[in-house]
Amino acid sequence: MTRTALLIRLSPWLFTIGLLVVWEATVHLFKIPTFLLPPPTAVAQAFVDYAGPLARNAWITLETTLIGFGLAVGFGLLLGLLVGWSRAIYAGLYPLMIGFNAIPKVALVPILVLWFGIGFIPAVLTAFLISFFPIVVNVATGLATIEPEMEDVLKALGASKLDIMRKVGIPRTLPYFFGSLKVAITLAFVGSVISESVASNYGIGNLMLQAQAQFQVPLIFAGLVVLAIEGIVMYVAMAILEQRMTGWAQRSGFAQN
Amino acid sequence: MTAFVALDGVSHAYGGAVGGTLAVEGLSIAVEEGEFAAVVGPSGCGKSTLMKLATGLQFPFKGSVQVAGEAVSKPVKIAGMAFQAPTLLPWRTTLENLLLPLEIVQPHRRQMRSKRNEYVARAKNLLTSVGLRDQGEKFPWELSGGMQQRTSLCRALIHEPQLLMLDEPFGALDAFTREELWCVIRDLHAARKITVILVTHDLREAVFLADRVFVMSARPGRIVAERRIELPRPRDLEVTFTQGFQDIVHELRAHIVKARQ
Repeated sequence: MTRTALLIRLSPWLFTIGLLVVWEATVHLFKIPTFLLPPPTAVAQAFVDYAGPLARNAWITLETTLIGFGLAVGFGLLLGLLVGWSRAIYAGLYPLMIGFNAIPKVALVPILVLWFGIGFIPAVLTAFLISFFPIVVNVATGLATIEPEMEDVLKALGASKLDIMRKVGIPRTLPYFFGSLKVAITLAFVGSVISESVASNYGIGNLMLQAQAQFQVPLIFAGLVVLAIEGIVMYVAMAILEQRMTGWAQRSGFAQN
Repeated sequence: MTAFVALDGVSHAYGGAVGGTLAVEGLSIAVEEGEFAAVVGPSGCGKSTLMKLATGLQFPFKGSVQVAGEAVSKPVKIAGMAFQAPTLLPWRTTLENLLLPLEIVQPHRRQMRSKRNEYVARAKNLLTSVGLRDQGEKFPWELSGGMQQRTSLCRALIHEPQLLMLDEPFGALDAFTREELWCVIRDLHAARKITVILVTHDLREAVFLADRVFVMSARPGRIVAERRIELPRPRDLEVTFTQGFQDIVHELRAHIVKARQ
């Protein structure tokens, strides 16, 4: 490995460590009180002290997010295929979807609580509602951009609309679909944490709210770190899935080796 | 007995018969079975519309379209098509791209499982015949533009159509590759005795390949001239440098210039 290659390999770690060092130094240098900005060492200490609750609630948040995300994938895929299938359905649903997407999802939480009570279900539903939109848009875009010549070739052979969908539409939509999952999973975390903070007794969102009420600022930051880690892990998982499923679409540097 | 492909007094408009843009008007053309016909014309003259009408992708509001003795009322399955863009599916290998029509068109579709080996052999033969032997396992993007276009031609031929429709298939290729592919098409036509309709704006291409060249007018398109090419077959690329060949090209060019005005 050359020097530059090694440097690039280590670079993410160096930057992360660098950020932590600067953070720690800033806090000590300017004597910032822990209840405003705890140093990384205090956050680490909170991780040790509250390992149990953090792990339990991290798991709940992850579960909530993944169920909501799963619903979004299923529903988003179906709706995307439907919207891409027919121009009439597209024209009819488009303004509705834009309108729906414009609503801040946090504003829906009170209604969900009214219907389902506080706790698990509103959080799952918020994660779902906030994350299905990019999936729908991407799947529909993939279908809408089928080359007309390709369509002609198949139609002239007597292909039905379903044939064209199966042979061309769905395969060519996959890169768009898997790309949208990276966006959707990040949004799903936003949805579940919002709902947990507002209307739940569980999850990292709720844990952070309680820590705030008790001025346990290092614990709040520990909650943030947990969310960041979960977010990164799931994002990477989606990116790997994307590579695996649609390697043909990422041929730069991928097909060659 | 009518011609193999016969359009008679055909008018077609996009965006509805009334108030739409007329693409072709009073278009009549008759191509005999086994004939190689070329259609040339200024750009936007409705050449591609002609393709769509003859393959049953569009239907005229006036006039009649007949292929193989039958009025066209649905897509013509005995036709194969190739376009300027090779439109290969990037997630399929060359060989799998070739098999695509067989997965769609009957009776092959039904027999895809039982006869797969036979079909793969057929696809490999076809690839060999256009000089793409052993390229079957590659993906389209691993092939050059000319190779992709050859694959596209093979795909148009895999279901053994009686009619081959080519819409400026060599437009995007460099001059040398284009001439190479002229010879590929020439040999395919000679070997298979299929009817070919080639839409092009390259007059040398039309004269080199065709038995008859039709000249279309500017939009709305109709046939303004028809020229039988009597050059003996098989034709060699050298023929394109002879005086006789040049004269025909010149003559056709005059028609196009007039059609553009």
